[in-house]
Amino acid sequence: MKEKGLSVKSVVAIGIGAAIYVILARFTSIPTGIPNTNIEIVYPFLALIATIYGPVVGFSVGFIGHALNDFLMYGQTWWSWVLATAILGLIIGLYGMRLDLEHGEFTGKQMVMFNLVQILGNILSWLVIAPLGDILIYSEPANKVFLQGASATIMNSIVIAILGTILLKAYAATKVKKGSLHKD
Amino acid sequence: MEPIIQFKNFSFQYDSQAEPTLRNINFSINPGEKILLAGPSGSGKSTIGRCLNGLIPNVDHGDIQGACLVDGKDITETSLFDLSFTTSTILQDSDSQFIGMTVGEDIAFSLENDCQDREKMHKTVNKWANELELTALLKQTPQTLSGGQKQLVALAGVLVDESPILLFDEPLANLDPAAGYKTIELIDKIQKEVNATVIIIEHRIEEVLAKHVDRIILVNDGEIIADQEPNDLLHTDKLEKVGVRSPLYVKALEKAGINLLEVPDLTSVKELPKSSTIKEKLEIWKSKQTEPDELDHKKALLKLENVGHQYNKHQQNPLHGVNLTVNQGDFISIVGQNGAGKTTLCRTICGFISNEGKISLNNQNLADLSIKERAEHIGYVMQDPNQMISQKMIFDEVALGLRLRNVDEDTIKEKVYQTLKICGLYPFRNWPISALSFGQKKRVTIAAILALEPEIIILDEPTAGQDWKTYTEIMDFLRELNERGTTIMIVTHDMHLMLEYSKRSLAFAKGELIADTTPIDLLTDKNLVAKASLRRTSLYDLAVHYDLDNPNDFVKAYIDSEEQVVK
Amino acid sequence: MQEDDKILGYQPGNTFIHRLNATTKLIFLLLVSIACMVTYDTRFLVVICVFSLICLKLAGIKWRQISFIVKFIIVFAIINLIAVFIFQPTYGQELYGSKNVLISAGYFTVTKEELFYLLNLVLKYICSVPLVLLFLLTTNPSQFASSLNKIGVSYKISYAVSLALRYIPTIQTDYWAISAAQQARGNELSKKASLGKRIKGTLNIVIPLIFSSIERIDIISTAMQLRRFGSKKKRSWYVYKPFTTKDYFVTAMAIFLVIIVVILWHINAGRFFNPFK
Repeated sequence: MKEKGLSVKSVVAIGIGAAIYVILARFTSIPTGIPNTNIEIVYPFLALIATIYGPVVGFSVGFIGHALNDFLMYGQTWWSWVLATAILGLIIGLYGMRLDLEHGEFTGKQMVMFNLVQILGNILSWLVIAPLGDILIYSEPANKVFLQGASATIMNSIVIAILGTILLKAYAATKVKKGSLHKD
Repeated sequence: MEPIIQFKNFSFQYDSQAEPTLRNINFSINPGEKILLAGPSGSGKSTIGRCLNGLIPNVDHGDIQGACLVDGKDITETSLFDLSFTTSTILQDSDSQFIGMTVGEDIAFSLENDCQDREKMHKTVNKWANELELTALLKQTPQTLSGGQKQLVALAGVLVDESPILLFDEPLANLDPAAGYKTIELIDKIQKEVNATVIIIEHRIEEVLAKHVDRIILVNDGEIIADQEPNDLLHTDKLEKVGVRSPLYVKALEKAGINLLEVPDLTSVKELPKSSTIKEKLEIWKSKQTEPDELDHKKALLKLENVGHQYNKHQQNPLHGVNLTVNQGDFISIVGQNGAGKTTLCRTICGFISNEGKISLNNQNLADLSIKERAEHIGYVMQDPNQMISQKMIFDEVALGLRLRNVDEDTIKEKVYQTLKICGLYPFRNWPISALSFGQKKRVTIAAILALEPEIIILDEPTAGQDWKTYTEIMDFLRELNERGTTIMIVTHDMHLMLEYSKRSLAFAKGELIADTTPIDLLTDKNLVAKASLRRTSLYDLAVHYDLDNPNDFVKAYIDSEEQVVK
Repeated sequence: MQEDDKILGYQPGNTFIHRLNATTKLIFLLLVSIACMVTYDTRFLVVICVFSLICLKLAGIKWRQISFIVKFIIVFAIINLIAVFIFQPTYGQELYGSKNVLISAGYFTVTKEELFYLLNLVLKYICSVPLVLLFLLTTNPSQFASSLNKIGVSYKISYAVSLALRYIPTIQTDYWAISAAQQARGNELSKKASLGKRIKGTLNIVIPLIFSSIERIDIISTAMQLRRFGSKKKRSWYVYKPFTTKDYFVTAMAIFLVIIVVILWHINAGRFFNPFK
C-alpha cells in the first residue's frame, strides 16, 4: 500500500521494540564484576531490530526505549546518552538495509561487515556524541566523560559482537524454509 | 438480489509459497446472510477472509487469478482503507487487536483515525459500549479484562464503523465454553439489529450452530468442498472427511445405528424428532456399551495442603485454600473461567511463584527444592511453544535441560533419541525447529520436558486454537504418555478434551477449588457448570431430549466407546 | 520475585496538578527542564528546586511512592559528583577563572570554585527529578500520546509511544513466564552462577521473548491497518481534553521561566553565575 511517511508496520515495530527495550533494560542487565560495567542485552536487541526494520525504526526504538526506561526507572534521563543510543540504532539500521535476514540469509562476510559497522557505530555514539553532549548540555569535565565513553564503546562493541551476532544468526535461522529437508 | 460477495474462478498464490492456497473457487454471498466458513488449518479458509478485508492483495502479496468482488468492488483495485468501510474484521487474537490503552480508546480507534471530532466520537463509543454492556469498563486496561471481555471490545471497535460485512476470524479460539456461547448469541443478536452480512471462520461447527446459520461453506486444500445449508451438510460425511468435527449428538446418533437420512432436521438437539424408534435405538446402544476396566488402586503422588498465592494486595479473588491429592497415573483436566486461578495453581506447583500452603511430592516437601530441582519431578509446558523454544535444532532443544544438568554427552544422546522416538520426532532429529508445524513444535516442547523424566507434566492449554487433526495428534500423544505412567495435568477450556481424555477434573471459580470429580459428573451438575463458566455437552441434551433414564450414563457410554475406538 | 511495585506509574488523584491538562504538564516539564539544563545560575536553580518540591507536596505524593527512586538518585548523584571531582579537581577554577583554596592536597586540592560548581550540579539533579516524578505520577498515560502530538510530534511517533506503554505490561508478563520456564529447564540466573552460565541462561530467555514479540508486530500492524491507522494526515484523540484557564496560566508561567533564563544569560554573560568575580 502506498503510504505517506512512516509505514504502519514501522510504527508498530517502534512501539513494540521500545517496549521490549524497556523490559530487557530492566531485567536482563548482567553485572560483570567490574563496578558500573554491565553486560547490556538491550544493545544486541537494538542491533537486531534495526537490521530487520531499518534506520528509522532503529533510531526511534533507541531513542524512545532509552528515554522511557530512564524515566520509568530513574525519574530522569541523560539526553546525550539517549541520542547516542538512537544514533547507534540508526547506523546499524542503515547497514541492515543491505542485509536480508527475512529470507534466512546471514553469511560470514555479512557477519564481518555487520561487526565493522557496529563497532564504528559504537565509536561514534559513545566516544563522540555522548561525551560531547555531556560537555555541551551538562558541562561535565572532558576527561571524565571521554573515559566513560571509551568504556561504553568497548563494552557495547564486545556485547554486540558476540550476543548481537548470535541473535542475528538465530533470527535468520528461524526464517529458513523447508525446502531440502528430509527425514532420516 | 445482487450478491454482496462474489468469488469467480478465483485463485491465489502467496509470493512465499510454492503452491496456490486457493484454487479456482466460486461462490457468492447475499446481503444479510450468515455464513460459516469451515475447514481444517491450512485449508485456505483464513485466506478467503483475508481477501474479504483486503489484506490480500494490499498487505499479503501474491498472484491472483479470476475475480473477487466485495460490495461490487474488485479487491485488486480497492485499497485496504476503502475496503475497511465495507468489511469489519474481528481477529482471532483479541489481545493483539486491543491496541488502545483503555477500553474506551480502543473502541474509538478507527474513529480517531478518521479524524472524527471528539464529541461525536464519545457519543458513538458510548452507544456501542452501552449496547455491549461495556460501559462500566470504559476506563479499564486490557490487562484487567478476561478473554471474553476483550473480544467484546474488539467487536465494539468495529461496530462503530457500521460496515455492511462483519467478518469473525475464529472467534471461539481463546474463550471458555460459556463465553464462547455468549459470543455466538451476541453475533446473532447484533446481526439482527444492524442487518449486516456475517461471515464466521471457525472449525468448531457444533458451537457455531448453537444459533441459526444460513449456509456452511466448507473449504479443504484451497477448494470449496461444500456450499450448502447446515442441515444438508450434516446429513453428509463431508465434514469428518476433511477433518472437521461434526456435532457430538450427530455422531452419537450415527453410533447408535440411526440412519441420518431419516432425521429431517439435524441442526440442533431441539429439532430432532421425538420418535420412539430413535429412543429405542439409543437405549439399546447404551446398554451394549461395556464398562471400561476398573481403575487400579492408585498411589498418592502429589499432595496439596492449603495452597494459595496472591499476586498483589489489590487482587480480587486470589487463589486460596486448595487441598487435593494427585495420584500416580492421573489424567487431570483443570477448568474454570479466565482468572479463576488455574494457571496460578500450576505456577505454584512448579515453584514459579510463592505458595501460602504446603505441597509435597512422595512425602517430600517441595519448598525445599529449587525451581530447577522441582522440574526434574514436575514438568511445565507453556501454551505457546514459541515462548519455550530457545535453540535452533530439535536435538539441542530437547537436550538443553540435560546439558544444563551436566549430564555427559553420551547419556544425553541416548536419552534424547529415546525421548524423540517416544514423541515420534526421531526422523526429524536433525531438522531446524523453524521447519516444523505447530503440532510438531508443541511435541518438541513436550519432548524437552520429558527428557528430564518428570513424574508429572502440566500443560497450559495445549490445544488452544488448533484444528481437530492437530488436536487429536497432540492429545493422543499425551494419552500414550499417560499410559506409559506419566501423570498429566492439563489446563483447558475445551469440553471435548476434558470429556474424552481426562479421567478427573478440577474446577476453579474465583480462586477456589469448587469441584474435584469426574468430567461427566462435573458437566452434568448444573450448579457447577454455571459457576465454572462451562457448557453442558449436547450428548446430555440428547439423552434428555429422548427421556433416556440416567443421561449421565449415556454421556459416559459415548465417551467410553470413543476411547475404545482409539485403542 | 516480580518487582511490580518498583516502576513509576500514574496514581489517580484529584489535586490541582492532576486536573491540569497533560499537554500543559508536558510543556511545563520540557520548558523548565531545558531551562534548568541550560543555566548554571545558582539562584534560579534554588528557586526551581523549592518550587518543584512544593508541587510534589501539592500533588499529594507520598514519600513511600518515590522513596526507592530518590534513594537511587542520591547514590547515583554522589558517585557522579565524586567522579567529576576525581577526574578534574581544577574544573571549577577553570570555569570561574579564580582560585580560592580551601584544602591544599596536591592533585586533590579543594577550591571554593570546585565546591560551588559541584553544588550547582547537585541543584540541577534536584531540579529536574521532582518535575519528572510529578509528571509521571499525575499524568494518565492515555493522555501522553495525544499531548506529544499536540506539541508537534507526528501522530505516528506519538502513537508508537502509546503502543510501547500499552505493551510494556504484556511483555513483562511474558518475560516472567518465559524466565520461570527456562529456570525450570535448568538455566541459572542467580548471582551464584558463573558469568558464562548467566549469559547463556539470559540468552535462552531473551531469544524466545524477542522472537515471539516480533511475531506480534505483524499481527498488530494488520489489526491497525484494518482499522485505518495511517490513512490520514491527522488523527483525533478520544482522550484529548481542551485547555482551560489554569492550563493557559501554567503554560505562560513556563514561558516566563524560560525568559528569565534568557535574561540571566545576558546578565551573567553566559551559562554560569559567577560569585567569585
